[in-house]
Amino acid sequence: MAVDEGLKTELGKQGVFVTTLEELYNWGRRSSLWPMQFGLACCAIEMIATTMARYDLARFGGEVFRPSPRQADLMIVSGTVTKKMAPAVVRLYNQMAEPRYVIAMGACAISGGPFKQGYNVLKGIDRYIPVDVCIPGCPPRPEALIHSFMTLQKKIDGQHLTGKGRPRHLDAGARGEFPVPVYGEHDLEPKSNPGVWNAPKVRR
Amino acid sequence: MLFSKMASNPYFSLTVLFVAAVGFVLAPLALARLWAKAFSPAKPNAVKNAIYECGLVSKGDAWMQFHSSYYLYAIIFLVFDVESVFLLPFAVAFSGLGAAACGAMLVFVLLLVEGLAWAWAKGVLTWG
Repeated sequence: MAVDEGLKTELGKQGVFVTTLEELYNWGRRSSLWPMQFGLACCAIEMIATTMARYDLARFGGEVFRPSPRQADLMIVSGTVTKKMAPAVVRLYNQMAEPRYVIAMGACAISGGPFKQGYNVLKGIDRYIPVDVCIPGCPPRPEALIHSFMTLQKKIDGQHLTGKGRPRHLDAGARGEFPVPVYGEHDLEPKSNPGVWNAPKVRR
Repeated sequence: MLFSKMASNPYFSLTVLFVAAVGFVLAPLALARLWAKAFSPAKPNAVKNAIYECGLVSKGDAWMQFHSSYYLYAIIFLVFDVESVFLLPFAVAFSGLGAAACGAMLVFVLLLVEGLAWAWAKGVLTWG
């Protein structure tokens, strides 16, 4: 039951501010997205550059990078995810308190990237955890990371509090725990999480 | 009539502030609980509640025993903290007191400085 935009501006001119609970809640959450201190490889250097003076992620609310997953609500997977590191990534995602979001930064986190043929490279972190925004690039420029931040903010703005389209953290029935893979002898077990990712079918 | 009698009581403003302070604490807690009931249910699970150990499987408890050599710093801090508590009213009022009061205070401060000198000579203040 959102307020009409024209009515809103008219009232705003008279000094009356109207909003809905949903808008207020989403505005609060998107304006203070706290990332977790989580960088794996070269994309992490670009992420650090984004937080520094020239590109300044603090303008968008992502200033405090929290060392603990309990205090963070955004995990920027920046860098190649090796199969040895994958269980730790999934465990950390599980330990984050909801609402939680994932940005897959760079080609390696999206699909394995330039090291896709490596024996120890996980071909994309979205095989085990749900990813909200992907940024292509090797590495993506800091402006691209800021653009992904803004995309995530727009996504959060569009989320509803009730109804079918509500996000995972407001849905008591939606899963909150994603099974942690085990670093087995030859590969991770299971190879992927079927609830999150399905291999694209090749039609020959 | 009753309100004006209440308002002239010297403790009235204190009561109002006390009620406001308690309300300031309880209102966000109540609102959070209402929000959880209405919109955002709690979703705990085993991994989420596990102890944080940088992504590894947590071994053991998070409660650890601190090294006993830290106790000396705590004691020295306590001594000087209590000393400053006594020095503060003296600093405010000493211009109205005589020279004997200054002498007594000086003896008090010198006793504590002697304690500090002892700790210094014993080597407590250097780490390791």
